[in-house]
Amino acid sequence: MSAANETVSAGQANAARYFIYAALIVLAVVYLLPLYVMLSTSLKSLDEIRGGNMLALPKDPSISAWVKAWGEACIGVSCVGIKGYFWNSIKMVIPAVLISTLLGALNGYVLTKWRFPGHKIVFGMMLFACFIPFQAVLIPMARLLGLMGLSNSTTGLVMVHVIYGLGFTTLFFRNYYEAFPDELVKAAMIDGAGFFRIFWRILLPTSGPIIVVTIIYQFTNIWNDFLFGVSFAGGEASPMTVALNNLVSSSTGVKEYDVDMAAAIFAALPTLFVYVVAGRYFVRGLMAGAVKG
Amino acid sequence: MNIRMITKLAAGAALIAMTAGAAKAAEQVEVLHWWTSGGEAAALNVLKENLQKQGVAWKDMPVAGGAGSAAMTALRARVTAGDPPTAVQLLGFDLKDWAEMGVAANLDDLAKKEGWDKVIPAALQNFSKYDGHWIAAPVNIHSTNWLWINKAALDKAGGKAPTNLDEFLALLEAFKGQGLTAIAHGGVPWQDGTMWEAVVLSVGGPEFYKKAVLDLDPAALSGDQMKKVFDTMSKIRTYFDPSFSGREWNLSTAMVIEGKAGMQEMGDWSKGEWLRANKKPGSDFVCIRFPGTQGSVLFNADQFMMFDVGGDAEKAQLKMASAVEDPAFQIAFNTVKGSVPARTDVSNEKFDDCGKKGMADLAEASSKGTLMGSLAHGYAQPAAIKEAMLDVITQHLNGQLTTEAALKRLPEAVKAAK
Amino acid sequence: MTTIEPAPVIAPQRQSRGFADGLRDALPKIVLAPSFAVILVFVYGFILWTVYLSFTTSRILPVYKWGGFDAYFRLWGQPNWYVAMQNLAIFGVLYIGICIAIGLFLAILMDQRIRAEGVLRPIFLYPMALSFVVTGTAWKWFLNPGLGLEHTMQNLGWTSFKFDWLVNPNMAIYTVVIAGVWQASGFVMAMFLAGLRGIDGEIVKAAQIDGASTVAIYRRIIIPLLRPVFLSAFIVLAHMAIKSYDLVIALTGGGPGNATELPSTFMYSYTFTRNQMNVGSASAVMMLMGITAIIVPYLYSELRERKQ
Repeated sequence: MSAANETVSAGQANAARYFIYAALIVLAVVYLLPLYVMLSTSLKSLDEIRGGNMLALPKDPSISAWVKAWGEACIGVSCVGIKGYFWNSIKMVIPAVLISTLLGALNGYVLTKWRFPGHKIVFGMMLFACFIPFQAVLIPMARLLGLMGLSNSTTGLVMVHVIYGLGFTTLFFRNYYEAFPDELVKAAMIDGAGFFRIFWRILLPTSGPIIVVTIIYQFTNIWNDFLFGVSFAGGEASPMTVALNNLVSSSTGVKEYDVDMAAAIFAALPTLFVYVVAGRYFVRGLMAGAVKG
Repeated sequence: MNIRMITKLAAGAALIAMTAGAAKAAEQVEVLHWWTSGGEAAALNVLKENLQKQGVAWKDMPVAGGAGSAAMTALRARVTAGDPPTAVQLLGFDLKDWAEMGVAANLDDLAKKEGWDKVIPAALQNFSKYDGHWIAAPVNIHSTNWLWINKAALDKAGGKAPTNLDEFLALLEAFKGQGLTAIAHGGVPWQDGTMWEAVVLSVGGPEFYKKAVLDLDPAALSGDQMKKVFDTMSKIRTYFDPSFSGREWNLSTAMVIEGKAGMQEMGDWSKGEWLRANKKPGSDFVCIRFPGTQGSVLFNADQFMMFDVGGDAEKAQLKMASAVEDPAFQIAFNTVKGSVPARTDVSNEKFDDCGKKGMADLAEASSKGTLMGSLAHGYAQPAAIKEAMLDVITQHLNGQLTTEAALKRLPEAVKAAK
Repeated sequence: MTTIEPAPVIAPQRQSRGFADGLRDALPKIVLAPSFAVILVFVYGFILWTVYLSFTTSRILPVYKWGGFDAYFRLWGQPNWYVAMQNLAIFGVLYIGICIAIGLFLAILMDQRIRAEGVLRPIFLYPMALSFVVTGTAWKWFLNPGLGLEHTMQNLGWTSFKFDWLVNPNMAIYTVVIAGVWQASGFVMAMFLAGLRGIDGEIVKAAQIDGASTVAIYRRIIIPLLRPVFLSAFIVLAHMAIKSYDLVIALTGGGPGNATELPSTFMYSYTFTRNQMNVGSASAVMMLMGITAIIVPYLYSELRERKQ
């Protein structure tokens, strides 16, 4: 823990700690409120939702909305629920995350341990790529994908996500490796190790924390993307976000809030899982240098 | 262009690969639409099954949201990639815009064989054709200048349906007195526009609508009759409930069905909601043309535009176009959706009373020349002008523009969007 | 770790430089090259293409007919565009500022050797895991006067409670700020927490021995040491603010009226809905110019300072 928390007197210390705990608890409740509303709504019946109090606990909780969202809700002409699209997303996200992370690691390695003239400009240019609005690249990307024969396919979508993830993954790894002692690398070079061996044997094994950060960040962004998903992988290969949108934004019929909320939580489960489980490593990873600039 | 050859080859190769992979169903249509739930999806399923019986597989590409805006993005990506879907749900001027790019298929032979020219109203044909050639198969004809009234509330207020604007405003007042939300409306640009165009038609009749909305005459857009339109909109606004902003239309319909609101100005797709709630026209609700607009019909039609997909897919495409115009399907689909068939030679037997009225009004308006396109749904002006006008209408309704400012802004916006 | 002695100077051996040596020297650049090339094409190339499009007459699809500055004249003649830019300024400043303030505040609190850290941290972090669509939909419901917070409070007895910002054209943009801050501040907190934990305890102890108060320690020593974190947080938040299209559409649809129009929704609307691709491209160019004007100087100053 950090050293910046000594206080002056015992009385002041106690008062300060009460304040700290109180503030944290109040804020935690505020942050949790929307999730609570989503969860409790998904367990209520439609009448209860429409008639009642948003904050009230469900009177007769039932998981029928969850069952319906998974396997029976209408996403289009057919009513098969979101489970197929869920797996589509998984099939798409895993390669995209792994490839962009690996490339980011290699790029960061080159930019910090094999410096060449102009490396800062190259890094700056790659960093700028983080800011491009996706709508601006949609059409030209569609044209290129069509030319490559990858239109409307999972492969095409993976490629797009890898490309637009490079800016961030390079940023994270570059900052991390910047703080890695150069001497170790130089010593290895003198011992005769080549480019790749230094990477695999020396840098990568210590990169655990930053790999976790990068994977979490990329996973979240790619899993939650809608625009590229709807444009480059429509129909059966659609990712989860497209199916969720079809469910929630449909313009006719009774609005089934309970099913909508259940589907939204399904959509969020993988990322929630990743954040809750790996959260500790996340902070450790950020500590280890992602934020040190 | 060279690119077209390459993309056509690529599309053909992809198609061959696709069809080679799909062993059983030799023919396939990929359909982009935004009917993702409820009765419409069920009705579309009927089409899917009809096609399956003919050996054509249905590849669904549903994209909901924003009355098609997300679907249009997906369409753009696919067309740019050289890999358009077989059939796409499109409205009004969008059909013309896409056809102008040279990506439409030619359905002339099929149309001639099935005699579409004779049975599809001329005003609609204008949009199903480009440069004289058939490019789309219309599924239905909706109309936007309807008023749907809760019968119980109406009876309490005297039982007489309003026939002009003054009676309409009086009825609003009466409903307010009953403690209801007098009129259920959702504050979304296209809904605001739907109500506005009905008021335009009511205030000045079909000639004024033609002049202002179809011809975009600047004097009509800023003159006294238009002032009356905007003032009327402001007056109607005072009868909304506080949560109207952003509310989806089907939720407003639900308010009237449940008796929390007195009436709703909406197109006849809302009838589908009433039917799904097992309500009957005449006993639970009353459907009339928006007061002052009887005799004219502002229409909006869903059409499946066929894109140029070449080779094998064309046969399946023609089968789909034919299946869409099949009278049996027209009846099955439209009785559920709330619209009237796109062909005038279909019997009205299976339709409820409001449907029968719709079909009769349509025939009358078509023969009198008062069948005109709806602005809010893309049948009066191209997208750029339509959205520019909706901007002014919705800003005025939300209080961001005064009537004087709106009168000034409307012709300016139209000019800037041309 | 073993201590590293200075490497002995080895006289460079003047062998003939074979192909393998040249290849090995070039290897790092070869490894980096694909990524860099990809970014050149798919980012900078596409930016140039967008700039070009803004000078054409493209409407529904790209058309390569020269249109001059027509798209730009149309753009600057649209009142919506001014609303969008104004909203971006309000949203951007508030979103980034409040996220950083709350993130820093939370991080400082969490850094005080809190026992429940393992429970609290995921609670603040989880909103980032949700997609914009989910966040917007949940908050839209929450802030709806008829269904959400206002209705609930009134049901609970506080009948004069009003919170109708969502449907008020003047206040709607602030609801977008609220939803956005809720989503991202936990992530910023994690970044600052990591930064705080990386601060050398000796400096702080020395200041305390000198008698500095806690507040002064934070203000004078700790926060300045967190400067790199501010940079990273700013980059992440600016990136999210620009991508805020999904959030706005799910929460307010751009409304009421067009009170929550942002350049991203403007660009999308003109390109994909209004079939005026040239105006949409012009607005994208303006957005990129704005981004460049802010980000490039910041990046330049930060990257320069780092000593090797």
